[in-house]
Amino acid sequence: MWFRRKKKPEAVAADERAVHVPKGMWVKCDSCGQIMFAQTVADNAEVCPKCGYHFRISARRRLESLFDNGSYQEFDAEVAPTDPLGFKDQKRYKDRIAQYQAATGEKDAVVNAAGTLGGIPVIISCMEYAYMGGSMGSVVGEKITRAAERALAEKAPLIVVACSGGARMQESVFSLMQMAKISAALARLQEARLPYISVMTDPTTGGVTASFAMLGDVNIAEPKALIGFAGPRVIEQTIRQKLPEGFQRAEFLLEKGMVDLVVHRTQMRRTLAELLAIFTGAPPPPP
Amino acid sequence: MNDPRDFERPILEIEEQIENLKLFGGEAKREKELAALQKKLAKLRREVFAKLTPWQVVQVARHPRRPHFLDYVEALFDSFTELRGDRRFADDPAVVAGFARFRGRPVCLVGHQKGRDTKQKLLRNFGMPKPEGYRKALRVMRLAEKFRVPVLTFIDTPGAYPGMDAEERGQAEAIAYNLQEMARLRTSVVVTVTGEGGSGGALALGVGDRVNMLEHSIYSVISPEGCAAILWKDAARAEEAAAALKLTAKDLLRLALVDRVIEEPLGGAHADPPALFASVAMVLEEQLSELAAVDPGSLFDARYAKFRAMGAVAGA
Repeated sequence: MWFRRKKKPEAVAADERAVHVPKGMWVKCDSCGQIMFAQTVADNAEVCPKCGYHFRISARRRLESLFDNGSYQEFDAEVAPTDPLGFKDQKRYKDRIAQYQAATGEKDAVVNAAGTLGGIPVIISCMEYAYMGGSMGSVVGEKITRAAERALAEKAPLIVVACSGGARMQESVFSLMQMAKISAALARLQEARLPYISVMTDPTTGGVTASFAMLGDVNIAEPKALIGFAGPRVIEQTIRQKLPEGFQRAEFLLEKGMVDLVVHRTQMRRTLAELLAIFTGAPPPPP
Repeated sequence: MNDPRDFERPILEIEEQIENLKLFGGEAKREKELAALQKKLAKLRREVFAKLTPWQVVQVARHPRRPHFLDYVEALFDSFTELRGDRRFADDPAVVAGFARFRGRPVCLVGHQKGRDTKQKLLRNFGMPKPEGYRKALRVMRLAEKFRVPVLTFIDTPGAYPGMDAEERGQAEAIAYNLQEMARLRTSVVVTVTGEGGSGGALALGVGDRVNMLEHSIYSVISPEGCAAILWKDAARAEEAAAALKLTAKDLLRLALVDRVIEEPLGGAHADPPALFASVAMVLEEQLSELAAVDPGSLFDARYAKFRAMGAVAGA
């Protein structure tokens, strides 16, 4: 399988001139500045081979990387946002919706999918950060709730991959109530003794963290992911000092006991398969 | 920006005149003048409060004289026994929890507590709980479930505390866990937003079978100031943000996100607390009686259906 390739892709030396090659062929690591073939990074699950930086990836790319053979059936694709409050700040919410739909090709900030992972039927809801910062409005709440309900109906495990700045202000209390709605749906999974695994990616903050992201039977974070309730800027304003390096990063949460595991993206599928096999009583996944 | 409470100034001026008159006025003349002033005050209150803007409602919800949770405890309940601590880390004075009697009926009480003077404000952390506050709340609500005692929560917080210590001890987890566990608490839960319903920090005490809001309370995903700072890039545009957020009780009732608005006395809760307490007591009595007839086993399904219905989507 492509994502478990043993041979490490070779790092390409940084070269200033390389910046001017056709767009898309090369990428520069946001963290270490290394310039590499885009394909090299893609072959490494969008992780910088040099420093291990996890590039942000789309929901669909993520789903491909998790399901067996990269194949899944999307469901609830028709669920779309409305503008229940007629919200307008410097821009109309309606216009923002149109703009992000055009830019991402997604109706809103989450994709629901069904398929198998390590041979186990599983439901995965995956957030799309490129759509309005992955913010949680009614559609995100509705679709994750439906994913939980489908998991319940099919007695399948649920995985939610979070990537979000938090609640969507433009839907105000509708957004807030999605926290309660999803958490109540997860309570039903608890009662049915069905596994729910939360995968937190960079960033996972605000109302998303303070609801489903922290409620996993197992909480898994990607390396260095920013995870917290209040954003770093808000905390800095509150305490009037700079936050220490690494505060609210995945490794910090691991140390503080808030996540079970920090898992490298290339190992994520394997980790999920092993846990799900244990929780569902399935045979161990092939090595 | 002008002082956001300017709208109340004429009312305060007359109130002051009345106070002065009571202290210093002569006998006969005093009675007559007092009556006139009180009439004027009522008229002014009616006028001002009939057309409060959302931003003005925010000011009333945050009013320094607005009754706080412990005022309700004192006025509405007997023999309150406070239970403290989360049995994990600490006791958080920003959340108060315990058991009491309401007209003879045992009840569990949980609420945010803001302080009134500087010392109290600091002690109560301005009503902004840390994780241990939410964990204490859940611990006590679990006791209520165990002994089949109904839970009454009172919401009044600017939000969960956004500090380093709160983050380290899992503020997000504490809120999330309360949401999940309140959803399946096998005892009835009546929620009343009395002042500020500040985002997740409010909702963490807000998952119940009935959700009430006082007429001039607010409930919002973010403070108007925070929203303005992010969406308008200018915290001074809070007035516009307050209107856009649809955070008033009337708005939320219309959007079917709360069940009931409890009317406040003219001039707001702080103008006549005894009248307010009487209205709140009436509603609580009614709802507790309704819920007492419900089988605790079926509460989870009904509560789920209630929150399940919240949201506005197309193509579903």
